[in-house]
Amino acid sequence: MCGIVGLFLKEDSLKPELGNMLSQMLVTMSDRGPDSAGIAVYNDEKTEESKLTIQSIQPEKDFPKLTEYIKSELNVSVSLKQNHNHAVLYSCKNKVNNIRELLQKNRKEIVVVSIGEQIEIYKEVGLPKFVAETFNLKSMAGSHGIGHTRMATESAVSTLGAHPFSTGPDQCLVHNGSLSNHSSLRRKLKREGIYFETENDTEVGAAYLSWCMQQGFSLKEALQKGLSDLDGFYTFVVGTKDGFGVLRDSVACKPAIMAENSKYVAFGSEYRALAVLPNIDQAEVWEPEPATVYFWNKKT
Amino acid sequence: MRELDLEKLSLRELNSVLQSQDKNGQESWLIRNPKGAHALAVGLDAPINVRIEGSTGYYCAGMNKNALIHVIGSVGPGAAENMMSGKLIVEGNASQYAGATGHGGTLIIKGNSSSRCGISMKGIDIVVQGSIGHMSAFMAQSGNLVVAGDVGDSLGDSIYEAQIFVRGAVNSLGADCIEKEMTFQHIQLVDKLLKSSDIGCEASEFKRFGSARKLYNFDIDNLSDY
Repeated sequence: MCGIVGLFLKEDSLKPELGNMLSQMLVTMSDRGPDSAGIAVYNDEKTEESKLTIQSIQPEKDFPKLTEYIKSELNVSVSLKQNHNHAVLYSCKNKVNNIRELLQKNRKEIVVVSIGEQIEIYKEVGLPKFVAETFNLKSMAGSHGIGHTRMATESAVSTLGAHPFSTGPDQCLVHNGSLSNHSSLRRKLKREGIYFETENDTEVGAAYLSWCMQQGFSLKEALQKGLSDLDGFYTFVVGTKDGFGVLRDSVACKPAIMAENSKYVAFGSEYRALAVLPNIDQAEVWEPEPATVYFWNKKT
Repeated sequence: MRELDLEKLSLRELNSVLQSQDKNGQESWLIRNPKGAHALAVGLDAPINVRIEGSTGYYCAGMNKNALIHVIGSVGPGAAENMMSGKLIVEGNASQYAGATGHGGTLIIKGNSSSRCGISMKGIDIVVQGSIGHMSAFMAQSGNLVVAGDVGDSLGDSIYEAQIFVRGAVNSLGADCIEKEMTFQHIQLVDKLLKSSDIGCEASEFKRFGSARKLYNFDIDNLSDY
């Protein structure tokens, strides 16, 4: 059992409230996932820079001289904004991949949890309320975000075992359920050169989607392909730069509920997560169909 | 009508009040601020009226006996699970396995109901104005499932003697479930259930589905169906 929440705002005026609304939703799902929690926030800033969210178990040691180190190695301008044991690194768009490669190669104590123009991911062990307060989720603004509360079944309770998992630039995955073929699929993906941080089943799901997209499939196609390649129970929510997507396995025993009105589209594992939203009584509330990929995107 | 507010009372306090009602009483209760709470109005056994203003979570009206529970909103998974008698009316949608294992009483859903509606039902009547999801009436033993809308995959898989009536399209039938003749008695039965549920459509538009009775006993020729 885990809890998932997602919120996509249709009105710009609500953007400063995103973190506040999302943290309230997250806390309602505490008894579905008391072990750890995580959030992905898309802050919708129009900027020339891209960013990486990084995490370290020794931030006081690893973060202070990191920007200097990156500058000296790659000769790029980079800035860092710390948030507890996470930090966001800002640099120009064509350099973030070099920074990620550098950290993965030479600074293994620092983990890159997300990469992209808008996404930031924060996750930690502990009750969702504690995690939301630790990162001051309430104060975060943005156009959309997803959150996860974890009750661990397949692997250890750890920061890196918490969701969301990055699947690519500005993309992430959260999961309620368990994948039963994650070991064999991990072995297969490792042979394809994919790197894994944990023994977690959802990381395999995320890596699978990334791998499919490397093969040229779109995210939607990758999710559809997953219906035959991923064995187990799942409700997936994927965050994208423009919105989020939902997919339930064909048995659909893991709960999922959606709500939509003129101001937002919201996802919850249960109605309790949606009950905290304004004017929910007037929203259309329904369950996503099994084995059907849904996407909600910003109108561009 | 007396009021109970879940913002002022804990779930256990609220359920205790409803569960301790006089078995001959006819009290009416209004529940405010359910906000998706689980196990709301479960295990009631007095003929009371309970009106819930808002949507509920898992197992609303579970194990109900005698009470009439009316939800002005939607219900989560397992609504009216194992109901013995009485009635649950849902104005909105119902989630998975509504009416599961129900022995008696009536479950009326004015919206849609998702997967596994009426799974292993044992005598309950379920009337759905909208559509229902896959694996509904799986292993259903007795009672009636009436659906005015459409039905998902594998309807009535491994069904025993429950009767299913569907007005719309059925995506697919499960193992050992077949369409059967709709006789005058069946039309009368559906008409009665629709009228008492306040759902206005013609009973003659429904098709009947039930068990082919081929899987009751082990038969080596049916191995692939088990």
